[in-house]
Amino acid sequence: MTPRVTFAVAARVLAQLRRDHRTVAMLIVLPALLVSLMWWIFHDSPGTFDRIGGPLLAVFPAIIMFVVTSVATLRERSSGTLSRLFTMPMAKLDFLLGYALAFALIAVVQALVVVSIALYLLDLNIQGDAWQLGVVAVLDGVLGAALGLFASAFAATEFQAVQMMPAVMIPQILLCGLLVPRDQLPSVLHAVSDVLPLSYAVDAVIGVANGNGLASGAGGDALVVLAFVLAALGLGAATLKRRTA
Amino acid sequence: MMKNAVSCREVVVVRGDREVLHGVGFDLRTGSVTGLLGPSGCGKTTLIRAIGGLQAKVTGDVSVLGLPAGASKLRGRIGYVTQEPSVYGDLTVTENLRFFAAVLGVASSDVERVIEAVDLTSHAGSRVDRLSGGQRSRASLAAALLGSPELLVLDEPTVGLDPVLRRDLWELFHKLADDGATLLVSSHVMDEASRCDRLLLMRDGDLLADDTPQGLLDSVGTDDIEQAFLTLIDRKAGAR
Repeated sequence: MTPRVTFAVAARVLAQLRRDHRTVAMLIVLPALLVSLMWWIFHDSPGTFDRIGGPLLAVFPAIIMFVVTSVATLRERSSGTLSRLFTMPMAKLDFLLGYALAFALIAVVQALVVVSIALYLLDLNIQGDAWQLGVVAVLDGVLGAALGLFASAFAATEFQAVQMMPAVMIPQILLCGLLVPRDQLPSVLHAVSDVLPLSYAVDAVIGVANGNGLASGAGGDALVVLAFVLAALGLGAATLKRRTA
Repeated sequence: MMKNAVSCREVVVVRGDREVLHGVGFDLRTGSVTGLLGPSGCGKTTLIRAIGGLQAKVTGDVSVLGLPAGASKLRGRIGYVTQEPSVYGDLTVTENLRFFAAVLGVASSDVERVIEAVDLTSHAGSRVDRLSGGQRSRASLAAALLGSPELLVLDEPTVGLDPVLRRDLWELFHKLADDGATLLVSSHVMDEASRCDRLLLMRDGDLLADDTPQGLLDSVGTDDIEQAFLTLIDRKAGAR
């Protein structure tokens, strides 16, 4: 791995995103819009938004990041740029980390927008600190990006990559504690949810919202999310093949 | 300096359940321009990908600059151009080349040099997806020239270019070779053959000829490369 190459990839991805206003809008505005929609839906059932608002701050950014990044490496494979890069001194991890870094920067902006809107416009009540909620939201966006990059290393075509969203993300959304708190799930499903990354993303947000800051309970969950991010990138790099048929 | 930049022996490549190269062997002399000619689908691209270390299921010996093809020490020493222009459409020519220069660790001053070499200076600030097909493939070629690699493997770099530009590019290829680089240039246009120091004629995954253009013409007694190609195919069919 070479930091020079990693940063070159990140800078190039950001330069491409700068030209693609629609994708940037989707990444930054859409999570906030969806959270606002949920607030509106539950407007007449008091307390509901305070319960699910936090988890939504983990779920929406992660899903949207996943969708965008899951086609990222496929685009490079079909354009031939990935082949070219593989003849250059670029480690496979440089490539994925570069993408992850670029999208982490987007995740910071995304989290700033969605957390600010949730707390100050939609009056989401939390016991913990706002900045900690922001940190966890960034981490959850990065998780979505890392899982998307992992999926895109797996898929052979963009057509297959798009199918990864329902296959990889929807089961996690159902089991992450958003619909039913995880400790109330049937025991088998609870056990399954224990190994899914999004569960920890939501646990971390719930922890911060309940006042168990990053220094206590939520911190452990955040570290698990970080471990999933690194594992997804490492496995994704191992899955990318320099030599193809 | 090594005598041969590339040595292939008994190279067999299987794609899916089909064998697409059936034991190809040849050498590329350092500092030469070799044309890899043959119809579409004959295995040119597969051979080029094998030399670039990008092809799976290669058996036999592919040695590049004294190392096995795909060795990590070769990365950055080979300029590789695919048939599709492998550059980012949403970036400008300069942005593309600055990025590849950064990955290669090459000074960004080299960017201007390669843009000039492929005659794209007037389009340096244009987005690649707004360029014509020929301009796009020249942008892709420029990326392969960054850092002055010792070996250039170019898959049909002159397709769709006007005759003046094609002549200029062939002059560039020979200039690079005079400076010590080795080039393998594939083409399905037979009239480019005369511009090469040596020719490899391919058909259906086999090498039909490995000779100088003149040597090839003499060996079949014609003055037309296309005719020589046909005669070789007939001879091979007759030998079966």
